[in-house]
Amino acid sequence: MSTLHTVNKSPFATQALVSCLNHAKAGDAVLMIEDGVYGGLGGTGLTEIMDEFGKNVSLYVLSPDLAARGLDPKRLIAGVEGVDYAGFVDLVAKHDRTQSWL
Amino acid sequence: MKIGVLVSEGPYTHQAVDSAYKFVTAALAAGHEVPRVFFYHDGVNVASRLSVPPQDERHIQQNWTALAKEHGVDLVVCIAAAQRRGMLDANEAERQGKDANNLAEGFRISGLGQLIEMGIQTDRLVTFGD
Amino acid sequence: MSDVKKFLYLNRRAPYGTIYALESLEVVLIGAAFEQDVSLAFVDDGVFQLTKGQNTDGIGMKNFSPTFRALGDYDVQKLFVERESLEERGLSEDDLIEVVYEDEDDDWEEKPAIRVISRAEMADVMADADVVLSF
Repeated sequence: MSTLHTVNKSPFATQALVSCLNHAKAGDAVLMIEDGVYGGLGGTGLTEIMDEFGKNVSLYVLSPDLAARGLDPKRLIAGVEGVDYAGFVDLVAKHDRTQSWL
Repeated sequence: MKIGVLVSEGPYTHQAVDSAYKFVTAALAAGHEVPRVFFYHDGVNVASRLSVPPQDERHIQQNWTALAKEHGVDLVVCIAAAQRRGMLDANEAERQGKDANNLAEGFRISGLGQLIEMGIQTDRLVTFGD
Repeated sequence: MSDVKKFLYLNRRAPYGTIYALESLEVVLIGAAFEQDVSLAFVDDGVFQLTKGQNTDGIGMKNFSPTFRALGDYDVQKLFVERESLEERGLSEDDLIEVVYEDEDDDWEEKPAIRVISRAEMADVMADADVVLSF
């Protein structure tokens, strides 16, 4: 049993991503969408925390949201994977429940 | 797989309803069923047929109406949230003594029980909000 | 019966500044009629929804905090509040309203519905849910 967590806020604006990571279990997935994609960027004040959580939790960003914001996938933290909407749907189907961190 | 969707924010201010639309489209394309989308909080404003966005912009309400028509998705607007925000169908407008109604084709107004029922009857529930 | 699902209402926002807390509570009240297994989670700013002494006289909005106390009458018995979220905000269990329910398996004894639990326990509550509704 595992959970897909979605986060749609920049971690520089709200606690949503950090709170999500603090409650995610090993084997869960976290998909960053909308302004949440900023959480996937490397070289930020949060990169260390993300690296640590990335050991137990799979981290994804929604690629169309990344592209819309002019962010090169090369700037993502190592291990963060880009998915399109079809990939989003697959993640929902693969995990037992979806929990949104609004 | 049956996937239910909850939309909690209104159009144009937040991306939530656009994300929900892209998600539902992708889910249907992948062969999943999306029996219902429930609109709550400011999400009820998506259903206004009086929305007139500039021509070169997406028409959020019309896109949903078309999706409902094409795929039989049940678009349900919460009645309590709708009444607060001035979203009425013809019946409700008459009952409340109002001189106009604004619910677009493809949407219907109903109770919160439809949200709970969606949670019970689907395999997954995905929330888009802000 | 297998068609009873575990519903978790996740509350992470403070009351009054936005409508989410109130409209979340409205879903809980309607949902109670469906005889599902219902839990409420109060995490992050959501813990502010349950503080004592709310008085909305000066802001022209309805004070809905008494409605939480009625949840027991709707057979909603599990209000999980995260201890770390309370502590980070300088609050303790004493700052929260009382919500009780009558336990039908224990001679209808009144029992507290609010349960303060650790962040790790909250993660377990979340992972145990079938349907999570976030507000």
